[in-house]
Amino acid sequence: MNTRAVEVVRAGALTTVQDLGRAGFAHLGVPRSGALDQPAHRLANRLVGNPPDAATLETTLTGTAVRVRSTTVAAVVGAPCTVRVQGRPVAWGAAIRIPAGAVLDVGPATAGLRGYLAFAGGVAVEPVLGSRSTDLLSGLGPAPLADGDVLALGEPSGPTPAGADVSRCPGPPSELVLPLVLGPRRDWFSPGAPASLGAARYTVASASNRIGLRTDGPALSWARTDELPSEGMVLGAVQVPPDGRPVLFLADHPVTGGYPVIGVVPEEHLGQAAQAVPGTPVRFTVTAP
Amino acid sequence: MRALPVGRHALLLEVDTADRAEALHAELLRRRAAGTLPTVREIVPAARTVLLDGLADPAALAADVPGWRIPPLSAEAGERIEIAVRYDGPDLVEVAGLWRVPVERVPEIIGAVTFRVAFCGFAPGFGYLTGLPERYHLARRATPRTAVPVGSVGLAGEYAGVYPRSSPGGWQLIGSTDAVLWDAAREPAALFAPGVRVHFVPEGG
Repeated sequence: MNTRAVEVVRAGALTTVQDLGRAGFAHLGVPRSGALDQPAHRLANRLVGNPPDAATLETTLTGTAVRVRSTTVAAVVGAPCTVRVQGRPVAWGAAIRIPAGAVLDVGPATAGLRGYLAFAGGVAVEPVLGSRSTDLLSGLGPAPLADGDVLALGEPSGPTPAGADVSRCPGPPSELVLPLVLGPRRDWFSPGAPASLGAARYTVASASNRIGLRTDGPALSWARTDELPSEGMVLGAVQVPPDGRPVLFLADHPVTGGYPVIGVVPEEHLGQAAQAVPGTPVRFTVTAP
Repeated sequence: MRALPVGRHALLLEVDTADRAEALHAELLRRRAAGTLPTVREIVPAARTVLLDGLADPAALAADVPGWRIPPLSAEAGERIEIAVRYDGPDLVEVAGLWRVPVERVPEIIGAVTFRVAFCGFAPGFGYLTGLPERYHLARRATPRTAVPVGSVGLAGEYAGVYPRSSPGGWQLIGSTDAVLWDAAREPAALFAPGVRVHFVPEGG
């Protein structure tokens, strides 16, 4: 039995294994996947001395709890929350030493949506196409955590670093402001659509998930009635389905789609989108390519 | 050909026919193999487009592409694979009726076609196969099935396809195969990669 492992005591609403995703397979129908809040994932790894591509646990709203089988260094960042070891509060956003047999409890998010729990050595589930990420659209990678699961941990690559600058990671947004670079299908919308989109106020819809951030708000109408043949989609694409409510594609998005994309949100802004709880106001700042 | 910017690091190349999209995709793969294409993370063909994602300078490529001479796709290009099919699909009789042919002619019609994987999507390893003559193009079923069994061979619009796993689907199902279309642990994981030529042969035939 591998002693470098954790047992899942409380899986939480949706906790998945995530790394930087599986790039290079989109032409086979494989989404990129990977941690939604990449800066938080990278910071969690940095705090425990892991390389950025080590796998972390991505929690959703309700946190998670695991029992460690051997003494392990871990760190929790992303959505702020109370972190406890054997019931006693410990630091959030810092490396913590958890003694063998102790339970690490990542509490419900007090703001934001997704927490990142890194263990020194990383979560060592078997990679699929070069990545350990759970892809909820296509079902690749490990299933979401369930109570009683045992996850192997890798060997730590070096000593725990002195620390990392947690303040450089922005907190969850009270308003999500998303820069949007117009194209490729702005001609599917009326000439005034970019201005309307920029002026409109949306909120994050509760149907949002790892595939896409859905919005509630004014509908954008198409200027055309023909069908758009399926075409390749990028991370951060803002697709406008027939109901007119923009959908921002996140890591598990389908690789092709048949609804027009009015613009693309640059990747560096998607970490904030990953932390926007349903109901958060959303605004697009529209720029030409 | 149109080159449409997609965000700051991608480019969508659009042509007006499926054949040209496949020829463009083949040309992009040739240029990548020859080292004359700028570094790119993903080359994603689709019905009338090829997406290039992860480019450092999409504008430079967009300016260059219209000058390319793109040869039409050769009939012999691409790896050729055979898929053994049992013609036992629940829609076989209906398809034969729509084609106005006897049911036993369906395997001959399908068997005479050199299909080509134009692009993938919908699920890992699901290839959209072109090549079916236009008179055999069919609409999707009005009501999709909630579960199509893995290995089902189906037709929809201008495409043929094989379900790499059980999933909901609206394609007209004419048969089934034991071929493993997708296995993430296999190299290559997908049997149907864009550019592959496919022949459907009747099982035991």
